[in-house]
This record gives sequence, structure tokens and C-alpha cells, in this order.
Amino acid sequence: MATTAGTLPAVGAHSGLWSWLTTVDHKRIGALYGVSAMAFFIMGGIEAILIRTQLAVPNGTVLEADRFNQLFTMHALTMIFLGVMPLGAAFFNWFVPLQIGARDVAFPRLNALSYWVFIGGGLLFVSSFIFGGAPNAGWFAYAPLTSERMSPGSGMDFYVVGLLMLGLSSLIAALNFAVTIINMRAPGMTMMRLPVFIWMTLVVAFLLILSLPVLTVALIQLLFDRSFTTHFFSPEEGGNPILWQHLFWVFGHPEVYILILPSFGIISEVLPVFSRKPLFGYAAVVFAGVSIAVLGFAVWSHHMFTTGLGTVPQIVFSASTMAIAVPTGVKIFNWLGTLYGGNIRFTTAMYFAVSVIVLFTIGGVTGVMHATVPVDTQQQDTYFIVAHLHYVLFGGSIMGIFSGVYYWFPKMTGRFLHEGLGKLHFWLFFIGMNLTFFPMHFLGVGGMPRRIYTYDADLGFDTWNMVATIGAYIIAVGMLAFLWNFVRTMRQAPSAPNDPWGGATLEWATSSPPPEHDFDVVPEVHDRDPLWYNRDHGVTTPAAPAHLHIHMPPPSYYPLVLGGALLLMGIGVLSHLAVTALGVVIAIYAVWAWTLEPTD
Amino acid sequence: MAAAGAHGVAHHSTTGIDNRKLLMWIFLASECLFFGSLISTYLIFKGKSLVGPYPDEILDIPVTSISTFVLLMSSLAMVLAVYGAEHGRPRMMKLWLLVTILLGLTFLGFQVYEFRTFGHEGLNLATNQFGASFFVLTGFHGTHVGVGVLILASLLLASFRRSGLGREAGFHVEIAGLYWHFVDIVWIVIFTLVYLIPQ
Repeated sequence: MATTAGTLPAVGAHSGLWSWLTTVDHKRIGALYGVSAMAFFIMGGIEAILIRTQLAVPNGTVLEADRFNQLFTMHALTMIFLGVMPLGAAFFNWFVPLQIGARDVAFPRLNALSYWVFIGGGLLFVSSFIFGGAPNAGWFAYAPLTSERMSPGSGMDFYVVGLLMLGLSSLIAALNFAVTIINMRAPGMTMMRLPVFIWMTLVVAFLLILSLPVLTVALIQLLFDRSFTTHFFSPEEGGNPILWQHLFWVFGHPEVYILILPSFGIISEVLPVFSRKPLFGYAAVVFAGVSIAVLGFAVWSHHMFTTGLGTVPQIVFSASTMAIAVPTGVKIFNWLGTLYGGNIRFTTAMYFAVSVIVLFTIGGVTGVMHATVPVDTQQQDTYFIVAHLHYVLFGGSIMGIFSGVYYWFPKMTGRFLHEGLGKLHFWLFFIGMNLTFFPMHFLGVGGMPRRIYTYDADLGFDTWNMVATIGAYIIAVGMLAFLWNFVRTMRQAPSAPNDPWGGATLEWATSSPPPEHDFDVVPEVHDRDPLWYNRDHGVTTPAAPAHLHIHMPPPSYYPLVLGGALLLMGIGVLSHLAVTALGVVIAIYAVWAWTLEPTD
Repeated sequence: MAAAGAHGVAHHSTTGIDNRKLLMWIFLASECLFFGSLISTYLIFKGKSLVGPYPDEILDIPVTSISTFVLLMSSLAMVLAVYGAEHGRPRMMKLWLLVTILLGLTFLGFQVYEFRTFGHEGLNLATNQFGASFFVLTGFHGTHVGVGVLILASLLLASFRRSGLGREAGFHVEIAGLYWHFVDIVWIVIFTLVYLIPQ
């Protein structure tokens, strides 16, 4: 390493397609994640718009039943696995090393691999629309609807293979972030000085590590049922369709927290900075996040109250579900405590962050409502559930993610998103989402079931469905405002200083955008809010030496090769097993070459 | 320079545990849930098969006891290989790596024999719930043993280079050993739950 002359490693070209295909820089991988996930998010949005257009008026004729089934299934899969999760991953990639004072993640090449496997899985998923129809049995894919007999097309095979790949990608990323956070912290960065965003990332990583294998097993069993003659889930042969539900929700409920905790982490960064006050009750927020994760593994059967679990399990799962409201409430009050008495600046990031508190609370309250078994029995499979889950997923996750986009955009690109357009974006999203999802409470209580492709005129569903559709279009206009803002901003020259918001965490100690090696001098941490401590105690960062000898890992194309090999293995399962065999051979070669590749 | 000393960008870690070892430990935690789900599935379907052959008619405990013994002994061989690697005794390491690989392959041979015998006796994936859950559970365990054999064989092959496994030989063999012992422990659980506990 010391033999490498110059200040930076021999990276070769710093731009151009090849540099992006072989990059192992966490910031570039974060950018790839962010842009790809945003594209998938727009795709999922278009699916939602089509669904709402069909449902705008009774007896709609925009979509036929099967296409409608494909669209609501793909809308959920796209938003969850290709939108919100990778948008979270984009922020993890960008800010885990920067906030803990590291120069990169623990395993830069694995980091690239997780991205390429994600892209492979995502493209496979989306391509199902062209090759014989997308999955159409709902994202939860309840057996026996998914059996060969009930779903004869290839849609559910795409579902199995696509999810296996995306699960692998998330697992690789989660392992990487867990090791990075535990093992790569800057001097003085103790666990109880970690930014809350990092704590939530760590919690999400462990949720993924412990829940994804359960989904993997469920998918393998489904694959065997569909392709290799087993009968795990077909009751007429002695199988048990409820087993699928158990396995799916043992993964699926922790997944809910995988989707929301990154957003909680983001607003726990944004609220203190724009209140000019440290986070109220840091330890309580951290432990609340950890308890949510632990409890999250003990509540899965509340998705299954109507399957006839028996009284005792119903009471236990009802109680554990309600118990989750306690740590969540702790967080809400801590955020309010942070705002209270603060010197608040209402930037766009702050608008989004505050809206998360409001909207997530509404979703949380309805969540407690259907933690009650008799209430849930009424609400199961109605639009009330749709309203609830969108208040937490859109109001909680998406609004939180956009808060992060506006907050960190200057750090990521060196440019400010336009505040006026940003506030327009916020209000369109806020009004649009409330118009779309609040009426769904009324529709659900009024008895409108989910996943029906149309309804009759005299059922009393007309007005609120029209309102919801109008709301959906308002959200779409909001997204256009954001895209325009993005394009407009990226055409400007970079103007952001290191620390435009007066931030407290280490990412603001380096330039905007940061150099490839993140920090000229690895910072030393004395406090939970290191930059504020340094400001108040007159601690100055030591000047960078004139000649930097910082070794960064060289680029590598093996992650791309291995990702391609895994994609081939997946395609083989969908077409011919010979393709899988080819994929296995290439994968073994790639792993070998990867291991022997010098990283110095 | 020290090629074997490459830790990516980190030359020391916060906890003092090497990143790669920590990665393996956390990965094994994930694997626990993987096998836990497969084993749970087996237990849920225990006694739920609508038609035979049933487990007590077909499981051959004496034969599988031998293969279990073989796999247990492979863990002993693995320990000796790690000892050799960590104490600068490459010949000892190579010998016991080879023994571990051979014992692993023997275990896989037993499994192939068992699967074929069951097939002849009329048990396959489609026969009943026992067949489905048994083959998927033990099949995935066998795949893990196979991957372990590949890892150990790669190490053995690499150790014949002029530089051997480099300065970190002990470390590399130890990480492989973590995986190998884990797969072994999983088998002890499977052997107990599937074979030994009466139906």
C-alpha cells in the first residue's frame, strides 16, 4: 500500500460508465441506489395511478381484472422492495461511513455486489410484465392461490426468483452495515454517541439478517411446490397453507420496521438540527428503536387473526402488538420534546420531518385499533387496512425519506434543492396523501374490500373513491415538482459549504460533496453531537497534511460479474436449468477471482 | 505491501475483532434462522403425512449414526487443521484439511446413498409431507456441507502455492472452521430431531 505513489490510489478514470460499473466507493454506490430506487419508486407510482384511475368511478373500464391484480401486486412489491428499502439503503451507503467517521464500509466490494444483485432482481421483477404477466396473487402471495393449479402462468415464478435475489442483496448489505457500524467507528465514537440514524441502521440490519432467512425458506418451499412436485402448501395433499402465512409474516412484520426505522432515524437527525437543540432523550429514542425491533419479532400473527388461531394466541399477539405502541409513543414524545422550546427553522426538510410525526401517529392509532381482535375481524381485507398501511408507509417512510433527500442533498451533490419548489412538493404530497388515504378509512368501515377491481354504483363508495383518485393525481404532480427541482438543481454549479445547516454530526465536517476518502483526517469524537461540541469548546480539526497518503480500495469488476452470475442462476430457474448451471460456474470463478484479487 | 494483511481500508477495528470474523459470526446468526425455519417446517409436518412411507419405516438409524460420527470426526480434523495453521505447521494443516475434506465427502456420499435408497423404497419429494420436508431440510444441509468442502478444498489448493496461505493462514483456516463447525452442529440438531426422537 505504501508503495502506491501519490495522494490517491490508482483508481484510473474517475468518470465514465466503466468507473460506475466497477466502483466500490460507498458514496457512488449510494448514488446508484438512490437513482435506481427513485426510478422504481416512480414506476410503482404509475402503477398506483393506474389502480386509482380504474377505481375512480363505479364499474370502471380502464383495466380488466387480471391486469388489475398484477398492478396491485406489483405496486406493493415495487414500493416495498424496489422503492423504500433501496432508498433506505442509499442513505445507509452514503451516511453510515460519513457519520461514524470511517473512510468506507467494511467490505466495499460486497457493497457493490449488493447493488448489482438488487438491480438484477429488480429488472427480473419488472420484466415479468413482458414475459407472460406479472405476479398477481398479492405481495403476500397467500397459499394455495400461488399453487401451480391456481396460478398457472409464470408470474409467481418471477415473484419467487425476484424476491430471492432481492433478499440476498439486502442480506449482503445488512451484514456489511452491521460489521461497519460495530467495527469501523472513529476514535471516541462509542455506541451511545452514535447518531440515531446509525442506531436505526444497525437495528434495521439485524432485522434483515434475522428475518430474511425465514422468507428465503418460505420462497424455497413455494419454488419446490411449483416446480419440484412437493406439497408444502396444498391442503388436498396434506400441506398447510397457514404455514406459508406464518413464515411470510415472521419475515413480513419485521419488514414493516425495516421500512419505517430508516425514516425514524432520518427525522431524528433533521429535527434537532432545525430546532437548534440536541435530540431530547437520546437514550430513550435508541432503546425505543431497539425494543420496537425485538417486539417486532413477536407480533406476526396479528396479520392472521382471521385464520382461526385460537383464543390464547389471539390474546397474546393482540397484547404484544399493542405493546409496540409504547416504544413508538416514546419516540413521538421525544421528537415533540426536541421541537419544544427549540429555535425552529422551517426548511423543506423540516416540513417533511414534522409531517412524519403527524401522519405516522394517525397510522399508529389505526394500527392499535386493529390490534384488537374483534375490530380486526371487521377491518380485515377492507380499505381501512389500506388507509392504515399507507399512513405509516407513505406518511411515515416516504415523507421521512424525502426529509432526508432535502436535508442531505447539499452534502451528496454540493447543491441545494430549491426551497420554494421543495415546499410546493411538500404541500402537494401532504394534501395529496391525506386526500387519497383518509377517505379510505371511511370506505373500509363502509365495507369496501381491498383488491377488487371494480364496484357497483349504489354501494355508497362513489364519492370517496373519486376523492382518493384526485388525491393520487395531486401526489403525482408533487412528484413532478420534485423531479423538476432535481433536474434544475443538478444543472447549477455546486455552491454548498461544508456545513450549510449547522449540523451536529460528522458528515458535515467534510467537504460537500465529500472527497473519495471522506475525511482528510479521521475525526476524533468527544460528544454525541461532535460538531456542536467542537464549536462550543473551541476544538479545531487538525489541518490536513500537505501530502495525503490515504489508501482506498481499488475498483473491481468482480461484484458485477458475480451479480451477473446470480442473475443467470435466477433466469435459469425461470427458463432452463442449464442457464443456472452456467451461472453457478461463473459464480464460482468470480468468487475465486474475488478472493485472490489484491485489495492493496 | 503485505498482501495477506489486507483489511480493505481498516487496519484495526473498534472492537478488536477482525471485520471478516465478525461478518462470519453474524452470517451464522442468519443461518440459524434459515435452518430453524426448515426444521420447524419438518416438525410441523411430523405425523401429518397422508400416505407412507413413514419415517419409522424408512429411516436407517445405524447407517446415519455412522455418517453422523464421520461428520463429528471431521470437526475434530478441522480443529487440528486450525491448530496447525495457527502454530506455523503447514504440513499438519494440509494433512488435516485433507482429512476434513475427505470426511465431509464421505458424509455426502452417505447422504447420496440414503437419498437413493429412499427413492427406491418409494419416498420422493412428491410422496408425502415427510418426503418433502425431509429432503428439503437434509438437502439444504448437504448443500452447506458441499459449500464447506469447496471452501476447504480452495484453502488446501491455495496452500500449495509458494507463499502458502500467507501470514494470515491461521486466520483464513479459522474462519472456514467457524462455518464448518456450525454446519456440523446443525446436523447434530437434525439428527436428534429427525432420526432419534421417536415418531
